[in-house]
Amino acid sequence: MIVAGAGGRLGDVSFLARLARSPSAAAGAVGVALVVLVALLAPLIAPYDPNLQETANRLAAPQGAHWLGTDAFGRDLLSRLIYGTRPTLLLLMFVVLLMAPLGILVGILAGFFGGIVERVLMRITDIVMAFPRLVLAFAFVALIGPGLVNGALALALTSWPAYARQARVETAALRRNDYLSAAEMVGIRGFRLLWGHVLPMLLPSAIIRIALDMSGVILAAAGLGFLGLGVRPPTAEWGSMVADGTQVIFDQWWIAAAPGFAIFLTSLAFNLLADGLRDILDPRHG
Amino acid sequence: MHFVWVALRWLISLALTLLGLVVVTFAMTRLSPVDPATQMVGSHASASSYQAAREALGLDQPLPIQFLHYLRMAASGDFGQSISTGQPVASDIARTFPATLELATVAIIMGAALGLCLGIFAAMRPGGVFDAVARLISLVGYSVPIFWLGLLMLLLFYARLHWAPGPGRLDVLFQYTVPARTGFVLLDTWLSGKPGAFRDALAHLALPATVLMFYALAGIARLTRALVLTELGQEYALTAYAKGAAVHRVVFVHVLPNIAGQLITICALAYASLLEGAVLTETVFAWPGIGRYLTTAMFAGDMPAILGGTIVIGASFVLLNTLTDLAVGRTARGRA
Repeated sequence: MIVAGAGGRLGDVSFLARLARSPSAAAGAVGVALVVLVALLAPLIAPYDPNLQETANRLAAPQGAHWLGTDAFGRDLLSRLIYGTRPTLLLLMFVVLLMAPLGILVGILAGFFGGIVERVLMRITDIVMAFPRLVLAFAFVALIGPGLVNGALALALTSWPAYARQARVETAALRRNDYLSAAEMVGIRGFRLLWGHVLPMLLPSAIIRIALDMSGVILAAAGLGFLGLGVRPPTAEWGSMVADGTQVIFDQWWIAAAPGFAIFLTSLAFNLLADGLRDILDPRHG
Repeated sequence: MHFVWVALRWLISLALTLLGLVVVTFAMTRLSPVDPATQMVGSHASASSYQAAREALGLDQPLPIQFLHYLRMAASGDFGQSISTGQPVASDIARTFPATLELATVAIIMGAALGLCLGIFAAMRPGGVFDAVARLISLVGYSVPIFWLGLLMLLLFYARLHWAPGPGRLDVLFQYTVPARTGFVLLDTWLSGKPGAFRDALAHLALPATVLMFYALAGIARLTRALVLTELGQEYALTAYAKGAAVHRVVFVHVLPNIAGQLITICALAYASLLEGAVLTETVFAWPGIGRYLTTAMFAGDMPAILGGTIVIGASFVLLNTLTDLAVGRTARGRA
């Protein structure tokens, strides 16, 4: 899990114990772990090749051989559902790795240096903050071309400002702290100071924000897939599977319902986990 | 004097944000592998007609000149001709935008009413049954893919139960007989005086508006609850309690007037996000608004339409956002 070992307070045993005591957070953690596990073990769990087309057995109802039935190409729906965890988590990872570092970097620079640097950076942050995220992401992918990386890039490029604002406020508060002056007095300056002494202090709140952002990213990615702007076919992706099922929604409703339900459950698990994390790590919101 | 200064600063920030939006969309067109000149003349065109198209589109000019050209185009609302509909993008947008505005407005009225109630009553007894229900609703609202919710509702209420009419804004019966005077179908059917037309429009609106409402409901309920809870811990609320006021009196007489500005902000921001959420909802319900126009354009690779739609939705979003900022700035100062 990402949070383990990301900071002194996060890694210790009492943290896990407190997480286990909140039933909703524990359920969320289990759900997220399950999705990650399914993604890692997909080839072992999936009963069929997700792209294998059994044309004689198209649009089959759920039955013994195909627990969730087959889609319009005769592909096993359960197997596609299982493999569908992969692009979702991969995109999630890309987005987090892009947006959080970018936002934190902007925030640290603005908060630490102040003055004109701060004014310019925060003005840009405000401008991007006022952008419509989803529509810009759709337009970006529609114009640059569909695909996992482009989708992640589009979402990350519009969602970093929240991290920048938070990091700036916290860095500016740290700036007035004695321990930073102490570090500077013993000669720690520049990059080393920001990396070793400022950044670690910003991580807990950034992690909470990442956790809170996860479900939004999952839903946005699913939206991209639904509009045909996500991973290219025939790769199994939940959003595009819902779109495929739309054509037969009135007769074989489960083809669209099942992947949508998977999106819902995954995003719900991340939300539960994020709420729990916030309650534990950030008592202000208790 | 002070007010002029505030208004000026607001205008500058609005202009900068809109400029940023234009810069970003311009960068997208330059990064796009789609060549607008090829799109215009086709891939089998001769070199000379291709060159003529490039010159007509101004693609042979240096980048800064191209940007200025683009900026003037965006500012005048002239986005060129849509490749898929063959109409000017501006008139396409003028035709589709009212449908989106109508849908989003009905949805935000429902979402705000329900969300504020949920949040306020949940905060009155935190940990109670009502709080748990409100928490569940907002959790589901935050987690559910809106396009999937729309599909399921169509399946249930249209295909299975026959309670709601199918996709679209009006029955075929009324579609061509009701004159489009305002573009808002509720108003048009009301004005037309045709029996049953207004009810038909309302019935068509019910499902998509409910789905879109869900998009706003969760956020409004959660933020309202947090806000009211924080205020209830303030000293003025405790004082009111100490003087013997019941919790509903404290909330409705003391707390709510104090946080009215922030509640309006929450709803206004949700309204802006509905303009975005409309893109997916309209696609599911075949609602002929700007969202569906945009997604159709995306499938067709119709660059002028994509840009026009994005800029118009984006500009409305930015305008709502900065207007809210202005309103909050004023109420916050009014309180201080």
